[in-house]
Amino acid sequence: MSEKVLIIGAGHAGGILATQLARGKGRYDITVIGEETHPPYERPPLSKQLLAGEVPVEKTHLRPEKFYQDRDITLKLSSRVKAIYRTEKAVELEDGTTMSYDKLALCTGTRVREIPVPGADLPGVHYIRTIDDTLGIQNALKPESDVVVIGGGYIGLEAAAVLVKQGHRVKVIEMLDRVLARSVAEPVSRFYEKCHREAGVEILLNTGTDRFEGDGRVERVIDGDGNAHAADAVIVGIGVIPNVELAMECGLECNDGILVDEFARTDDPDIFAAGDCTNHPNALLDRHLRLESVQNAVDQARCIANVLLDKPVPYAEVPWFWSDQYDLKLQMAGIPGPDDQVVVRGDMDSRSFSVFYLKLGRVTAVNAINSGSDYVRGRKWIAEGVTVVPSRLADTDIPIKEV
Amino acid sequence: MPVIHVTDRAGNKTDLNANSGESLMENLTANGYDDIEAICGGGCACATCHVYIDGDWAGKLPTRDVDEEDLVSGEGSYDEARSRLSCQIEVTDALEGMTITLAPEG
Repeated sequence: MSEKVLIIGAGHAGGILATQLARGKGRYDITVIGEETHPPYERPPLSKQLLAGEVPVEKTHLRPEKFYQDRDITLKLSSRVKAIYRTEKAVELEDGTTMSYDKLALCTGTRVREIPVPGADLPGVHYIRTIDDTLGIQNALKPESDVVVIGGGYIGLEAAAVLVKQGHRVKVIEMLDRVLARSVAEPVSRFYEKCHREAGVEILLNTGTDRFEGDGRVERVIDGDGNAHAADAVIVGIGVIPNVELAMECGLECNDGILVDEFARTDDPDIFAAGDCTNHPNALLDRHLRLESVQNAVDQARCIANVLLDKPVPYAEVPWFWSDQYDLKLQMAGIPGPDDQVVVRGDMDSRSFSVFYLKLGRVTAVNAINSGSDYVRGRKWIAEGVTVVPSRLADTDIPIKEV
Repeated sequence: MPVIHVTDRAGNKTDLNANSGESLMENLTANGYDDIEAICGGGCACATCHVYIDGDWAGKLPTRDVDEEDLVSGEGSYDEARSRLSCQIEVTDALEGMTITLAPEG
């Protein structure tokens, strides 16, 4: 009889895990439990192509629904798990149903951080985490609306880029002194601020958000200095919180994420976890970390599938990320340290350049803007622990392969 | 609906009834070719949909643009003559009978 695998969470990690596990051809009886109505889908387009209306919803699906039917993967959608009973090896759904498991995988992802200010629950205040969120923004916006984006992170800036191109008046309000401050060095932040301003986006830095006001729906944002900004819609992108509650309540170890080992195992041998919700070791980086990325979700899900299909390979990948804004394709690899040396390669005004991060000459991270060859090389250097000479790296007369 | 002949990583040969107008990557993932991960969803931001175009078909396709070239050439399994990212190939009826091999990882 095939073993029962329950996957909690129908996001990128859950979807890929089911897909990969089905390669065991009948060895596992696979069920994916998801709280949304959609089958597993890609979230990156939500703030890009889907928001822009360039792709239909179905294009975001990881696989067509038929794919799951053909492989006897059960998608239990619109369902939420209430509790995990480890002794009984069962989960209870919110509708009271219980389901038993032999192996359990927590792919619970993250949820948006809600903004704790007055008026936050007014209609017209949006977040971007789900397909329905993005469709909600599209439906709410009339032509040439005033849109205020709270937070100059990737989600906020990607949405700003899409919406300003559609003819809306867009302001971004960022609390810190630069955009993308959490993930890139200052030159990259300044470059993106400049590009957004040139495109017509107003960017306010060092500016908090005091409250949202409006009669029955949001009409304006009052910033931390008391200034009012007209808003037909607000999009809040101030980060996410890992969904660890189910794991914590059943006694699994958590610390900024569900703690797993290099095989994505929790401290219960029958429970695995993958994706944004995990805090995991990475031998390549020599540290534990929690990542919010598609790459990590996919690679950890594959790691679980490989363990369950008796081909265990420890997880140790160079983290990588991307962001599309306007004509700018930003590709990032590695995790920069706060004290790393920052080396700019190329001319920012050409909109094609890269920024490398070095720790004692060793490459720790790369941000490449419209510069795929630098990205590819940088990622390789990070994986191999290569040391480079900063002056040669900055010299574009030296081809990247010869640095 | 051109038929494309696919050899997967394990060496299994199958025929894919492809939809014209969609990318080769989309056709492969939708039809259960699980060797194709396509992590970035077709944005030409990774190289996890790498395939080899067999025979003289490689020369018949539009050439790689610079983004695709940068990414695919960074793969350990890169073959200058045959390597493509399948997300960058739009399936058309003209591809009837094309033969491809799903490239090994790395």
